[in-house]
Amino acid sequence: MSSTYDTIANIIAETCDIPRDTIKPESHAINDLGIDSLDFLDIAFAIDKAFGIKLPLEQWTQEVNDGKATTDQYFVLKNLSARIDELVAAKGA
Amino acid sequence: MRLEYFQLIDRIVDLNLADRSISSEAVVPVENTIFEGHFPGFPLMPGVLLIEAMAQTSGWLVVAMNQFKRMPFLAQVKDAKFRTFVTPGQKLAVSAKLLHEGSGYAVTAAKITLAGKPVCDATLTLRVMDFPNAEVSEKMRETAARVGFPTEVAVNG
Repeated sequence: MSSTYDTIANIIAETCDIPRDTIKPESHAINDLGIDSLDFLDIAFAIDKAFGIKLPLEQWTQEVNDGKATTDQYFVLKNLSARIDELVAAKGA
Repeated sequence: MRLEYFQLIDRIVDLNLADRSISSEAVVPVENTIFEGHFPGFPLMPGVLLIEAMAQTSGWLVVAMNQFKRMPFLAQVKDAKFRTFVTPGQKLAVSAKLLHEGSGYAVTAAKITLAGKPVCDATLTLRVMDFPNAEVSEKMRETAARVGFPTEVAVNG
C-alpha cells in the first residue's frame, strides 16, 4: 500500500493504542477498529499535521447523513488514504 | 471570577486574530464556599477550575475566529500540568494560542501565569459546532460584552 496508508495506519496505531498488525487497508475505522468520535479528533489532528491539509470531517459527516455518501468511502482506510491523496494533490494544484 | 455561575474569566485583555492568540484576566475570589471543602483550613483554587479558565479563554479565541457563528465545547485536555498552588485573591493571567483549526474542532495551547510565573498549562481540543439555539447565541454575546470582548469582532459576527 501507499506511504499515505502507512502513515495513517501508524497514526491510528499510536493514537488509539491498536496493534499495528491488526490494522488493514480494508479496515473500517469505526466499524472494525472501534474508533470513537473523540479518538477520531486526535487522528484528524495528526493527519492534518502530517499532510498539511484540513480533513473535511464536517462535510463528510453531512454527506453521510444526507445519504449522499457511505461511511465506507471515507472511513475504510484504503479509501481514506485515497481521499487524503486527493486533498494533498488539490492543495498542490 | 464568579465561581457559582462558572464565570472563570473576568476580562479579555488582548485578542489578536492575526497571531491567533488571546489573553485574559481572572481574579480568584477571596471567599467562596468551594474553599470550605478544598481544603478546610488550606484554601486552594481547584486544578479543574484552572483548566476551565484556560478552556474559557481558548473558547473566546475560537468564538472570535468563527465571528460568533459557531460555539466551542471542551472535548479534550492533554498534558495538563499544575506547577504551583493558587490561593484566594490571586490575579491570574490566562492565555491561549491556536495550534490548529480543523474541520469542526480547534486545538489550543493554553497557560496560566501568576506575576509572570507559570501556574499551569495544557493542550486543549474544542469541538466547534453550531449554536444549539438562538438563546445560547444571544447569551454568548451578552457574556462577551461583560468580559470586554472587542466589539469590532463581535459586531462583524
